[in-house]
Amino acid sequence: MLIDPMETQLPGDPVKAIERPQVVTQSLLYLDGVSVSFDGFRAINNLSLIIAPGEMRAIIGPNGAGKTTMMDIITGKTKPDAGDVIFDGQVDLTQLDETSIANLGIGRKFQKPTVFEMHTVEDNIEMAVKADRTVFGTLFSRHSAEIWRRVDDILGIVRLGDHRKRPAGDLSHGQKQWLEIGMLLAQDPKLLLVDEPAAGMTDVETGATADLLKDIAKTHSVVVVEHDMGFIRELGVKVTCLHEGSVLAEGSLDQVSSDERVIEVYLGR
Amino acid sequence: MMLTRFLFEKIDRAGWVFLVLLGIAAVLVPVLNLAVPPGSMFHVSNTAVGLWGKYMTYALLAIAVDLVWGYCGILSLGHGAFFALGGYAMGMYLMLQIGPRGVYAHPTLPDFMVFLNWQELPVAWWGFSFFPYAMVMVALVPGLLAFVFGWFAFRSRVTGVYLSIITQALTYALMLAFFRNDMGFGGNNGLTDFKDILGFNIQSQTTRAVLFSLSVLALMAGYLVARAIVTSKAGKIIIAIRDAEPRTRFLGYRVENFKLFVWTVSAVMAGIAGALYVPQVGIINPSEFSPANSIEAIVWVAVGGRGTLVGAALGAGLVNFAKSWFTGAFPQGWLFALGGLFIFVTLFLPKGILGTFTDWWRSRQRKPEPPAATSASQPAA
Repeated sequence: MLIDPMETQLPGDPVKAIERPQVVTQSLLYLDGVSVSFDGFRAINNLSLIIAPGEMRAIIGPNGAGKTTMMDIITGKTKPDAGDVIFDGQVDLTQLDETSIANLGIGRKFQKPTVFEMHTVEDNIEMAVKADRTVFGTLFSRHSAEIWRRVDDILGIVRLGDHRKRPAGDLSHGQKQWLEIGMLLAQDPKLLLVDEPAAGMTDVETGATADLLKDIAKTHSVVVVEHDMGFIRELGVKVTCLHEGSVLAEGSLDQVSSDERVIEVYLGR
Repeated sequence: MMLTRFLFEKIDRAGWVFLVLLGIAAVLVPVLNLAVPPGSMFHVSNTAVGLWGKYMTYALLAIAVDLVWGYCGILSLGHGAFFALGGYAMGMYLMLQIGPRGVYAHPTLPDFMVFLNWQELPVAWWGFSFFPYAMVMVALVPGLLAFVFGWFAFRSRVTGVYLSIITQALTYALMLAFFRNDMGFGGNNGLTDFKDILGFNIQSQTTRAVLFSLSVLALMAGYLVARAIVTSKAGKIIIAIRDAEPRTRFLGYRVENFKLFVWTVSAVMAGIAGALYVPQVGIINPSEFSPANSIEAIVWVAVGGRGTLVGAALGAGLVNFAKSWFTGAFPQGWLFALGGLFIFVTLFLPKGILGTFTDWWRSRQRKPEPPAATSASQPAA
């Protein structure tokens, strides 16, 4: 079930690592045999996962299944002990740091909404908009109508236009979630990693968030980690269930949620 | 043209008050000192000119500290090192100006080298009799040290209290090194007995008044540079690093480069402050590297209000004014008063004097307005 049509060799085959062609895989994100331990605890255990270009994937799993650690590995925060993490067919993410990975086009929304609380809402977005990110480029950057048009667009999409001048720290929890999604959009990444976007939201907000993500998924690849099964049902995409650091089941939500082992470890009887 | 635009767009009200008052002081204090007879009530005494000139250099150091601590969250407990290095560079120039007028009347060597029986000027001193070279060194030596230190520290992601301890160790190590006679910088006596600067007698009241004005101008320039940085887009990133460093990385910014930039600029600013300090107090010795000095600079910024620039300068002035008074009235009590002040400010005025005042002022301004504060104003994009 895990085998990519373009990838004929078995995972873990040692030959593959040596004779790697320029383009390893057609998939956007390719994790193979990834493992990482913290003080002897295997947070990720031989994890393999493939995200196709343009795909939206939902990741579920109990606490401690390794969902956030997986995102840490993809974004360069944590270095895996073993395994391959390949982005865009050829880039080895394990060799890069957070900044380089972000600039390659991987954006991340954190589990706990993390925005710059002292900055205004619009400044949060402005800093995220794709532009020169060097010290001297930002030091001498002039007011750019193009960037601010983009800020306006995004504020409209995440419905924070009325709050643009407020410090981000004053926003409600749900609004901060949206602001962070807005910052992701502003980065215009190829791949969005979205950790629990609906946490702490009302039902109405959750529904709106699902619509927003579906909209984003039309033009971007998205990986969503979520606990809210209703939210995942609304997304209507392929689901991967993680357990103890590896893939337990993968398929449509109905397939996964009827899987005996998934019911055992995650959904409960 | 660009400067005027900058002045009118980026300087806030506190900044304007600060600049105007400093501008007035730069002109008025020398006039009242030199042109008004000592008997008049408008006369500014020679002591006051010297003292206030010293405060101005402290205020510049405070702005340098505020730039890294208040805006970028780097708590430096070693900024006194950059201040002292700038001071030593200036001191070396002044030493070589003494020429044959020293106690030993050696044509080229400063007294302490004659005393140590040295035959020629050490390499580190070459060129320091040439004023422009010495001035380049005033900026270059602290800047280079900060750059190298920051390069390693920020790249290896040393942050928080660990970084603070290393900065403290840096200034302490320099103090021990400069205490040694064979370092060639005058050992524990340091550099003193200065005669003239650019041919002007350093003791003359006119020279001292000019040094005062130059210190004020340097403070104004330092403020403008710091303000330009923190109000630019880079300034937004620097504040973002202070508030959520990992988030800034995930947004694709090279955090270590931004830190290295403000850190180096700040060190250069501290060095210039030190260079203006030395001719006004007439001596530089290793005690300027003492860790307590750097910590005192942190207290100034905390008292005045960090992340405000103007507040930092204000804090430096107020705390040092209190120090001058205290060390006269209760010489033993000063350190207790300083410690008490720091605790009081931390507990009751976490935003410092200026920050607290600004909050109070804003809440007073807002009161008359109706409570509906949902301003959906469109930007001037």
